[in-house]
Amino acid sequence: MTPVQIVFLLTAALIIGSAVMVVVSRNLVHAALWLVATLFGVAILYAILDAGFLAVVQVVVYIGAIAILFIFAVMLTRKEMRDRGPQHRKDWWIAAMIGLLVLAGLVSVLVGQPEINRIAGPIPPDFDPVLALGHALVSPDAYVLPFEVASILLLAALVGAVYIAASRKP
Amino acid sequence: MQNEWLYIGLFLVIGIIVPIVPLILSRIVAPRKPNPIKQSTYECGIETVGENWVQFKAQYYIYALVFLVFDVETVFLFPWALAMNQLPLFVVVEGIVFILILMVGLVFVWRKGMLEWV
Amino acid sequence: MTFWSDPINFIAEWLRGILTGWGMALDWANVLIASLGIISLILFSMMLAIFLVWVERKVVARFQDRVGPNRIGPYGLFQPFADIIKLIIKEDITPTGADKVVYNLAPVLALASVIFLWAILPLASNIYGVDLNVAILYLVATGALGTLAIIMGGWASNNKYALIGAFRMVATMISYEIPMVVALLIPTILSGTMSVRGIVEAQDPIWYFILSPLGALVFLISSIAELGRAPFDLNEAESEIVAGFHIEYTGMKFGLFYAGELLHAFTFGGLMAILFFGGYRFFGLEQYPLVGFLVFLAKAMFGYWVIMWVKYTMPRIRIDHMLAFNWKFLTPFAFFVLVVTAVLNKVLSGLDTWLFASLIFGANLIIAWITIEILRVYSRRERRLAEGNIPAPVPPAHH
Repeated sequence: MTPVQIVFLLTAALIIGSAVMVVVSRNLVHAALWLVATLFGVAILYAILDAGFLAVVQVVVYIGAIAILFIFAVMLTRKEMRDRGPQHRKDWWIAAMIGLLVLAGLVSVLVGQPEINRIAGPIPPDFDPVLALGHALVSPDAYVLPFEVASILLLAALVGAVYIAASRKP
Repeated sequence: MQNEWLYIGLFLVIGIIVPIVPLILSRIVAPRKPNPIKQSTYECGIETVGENWVQFKAQYYIYALVFLVFDVETVFLFPWALAMNQLPLFVVVEGIVFILILMVGLVFVWRKGMLEWV
Repeated sequence: MTFWSDPINFIAEWLRGILTGWGMALDWANVLIASLGIISLILFSMMLAIFLVWVERKVVARFQDRVGPNRIGPYGLFQPFADIIKLIIKEDITPTGADKVVYNLAPVLALASVIFLWAILPLASNIYGVDLNVAILYLVATGALGTLAIIMGGWASNNKYALIGAFRMVATMISYEIPMVVALLIPTILSGTMSVRGIVEAQDPIWYFILSPLGALVFLISSIAELGRAPFDLNEAESEIVAGFHIEYTGMKFGLFYAGELLHAFTFGGLMAILFFGGYRFFGLEQYPLVGFLVFLAKAMFGYWVIMWVKYTMPRIRIDHMLAFNWKFLTPFAFFVLVVTAVLNKVLSGLDTWLFASLIFGANLIIAWITIEILRVYSRRERRLAEGNIPAPVPPAHH
């Protein structure tokens, strides 16, 4: 087994384990911290796939902004940060079956792809992915319109947040 | 390129282990005599009063939200900054339009009074 | 490749020869050599942190017109060792109700997030951990990990003052991250690469401090806020909330937070040097990596001295003033400087280097002048509103 495969298996175990702990933890702040571990695992996956820019952006945006937002929301709004109710419903086996069916469906679709076993070729050394991304984001026949629309989307998010916060203020 | 990230991964692992060494040393060497008065929470020398949670202050959440929007914006600006050097002036104008739209957002949040600490 | 022109690779080749001579496979030899390199880099940064404790105490003493530690060793040089021994042998008191795992993890993560920064710092043209092509965002990412460590420490202490301190600190740090990232965009535009080593290589012959002094200023201000040092140190406001988020930490855990803060300040001094002051460049001396290394350390120490100077000169700023300063002044100002630098860099790109530099420097001066004029008008208006139009006092007539 190549070292990359070992690293991938360890990272996958980290991600799945942390995701399970997010759902299972009774303490909400612990759940938020397990979410940080899951997001970090995804960043490691991006780095394995040679997407260095996406790996650091994942840490900066997800862990540095969104996870902090979650932790603020949890710490500021809950007086009691433990979940004291029962952890599962009476008919949990229906949900488990549906989950397993969805997993089986996804796995069968993926395995049925003709190129599933192809290994990604090495990137030529003079190819700069971030520069190529930059070119793609600003050239008129690539993605410049989605680039500008993204800023309008961010503006809409800002306006929406302000509206909700303003209507709650006394 | 993968070699760089493997090096960083190794660096992360060793970098987490190194600060733990003084802690272990301290655990071996330092005395350990717990008693309830020492371990009570510090509140400027008096007994703690009231519940142990912080009053809900919505302002923290709003700052985090505005920060999130601007953080995503600056992440978008990095590929633009790299590509700008090799492409014509029109590219700079595209980026300026992007920044201006978000400056409008900042002015909106400012005028609505959402940036006051209150 | 002699030792003097490329020390790290020379040593690596020599070790590789020895290890493969003993029969180790090449891959494992490479991993072992990389680990040795990493450990030596980290140990160097920890030694530096220890030295910085002495530097900090001596400098603050001189600013306050006293001598500082001078008993232990010549000029008090062994003072930090005494400090470390004291911190190690102190009892580790965990408050009741503290969340054990998170409480213990926070100081480790705080120091580790600073150590992670040293992987990308180019100490000389050939001495660096790794030349990452997205190094600038890696910098911001390690800042995000530091923020997480603070909020973990504040919450896990089971103490409302720690929590208040942690929230204020994190609100300040995330707010000032925006002008910092925008100020980081300026060297990226001027050099065309996100790799820190590439930025140093591109500062030839003009350092970016001359091309963009306002960018350097914005970076300085926002990095002082990121570090949590005065005048932005509401976290450690001794008269208000005692020690902020690290109230409940004793012994070596507090030592890790403290060492982390000092090393973080020095690393940001180093980053100022790298991004705006030419890094290890010094009028052609950088061909010898060891000389470049010393030049870098000198420049980083200068940057650290500026940060200490600001700390020991200015009073603490109130939290609402801090955040208003960031969102209402520094962020629009940083974006304005970015836009002007981007446009000028594009429009003037064909010119001779010195003409280009002087034009952009002139543009920076014009922006600074316009900003000061706007601030003056605004502050005059505010003052008139606050004082209610009191007429100017007439000087008493002397008989």
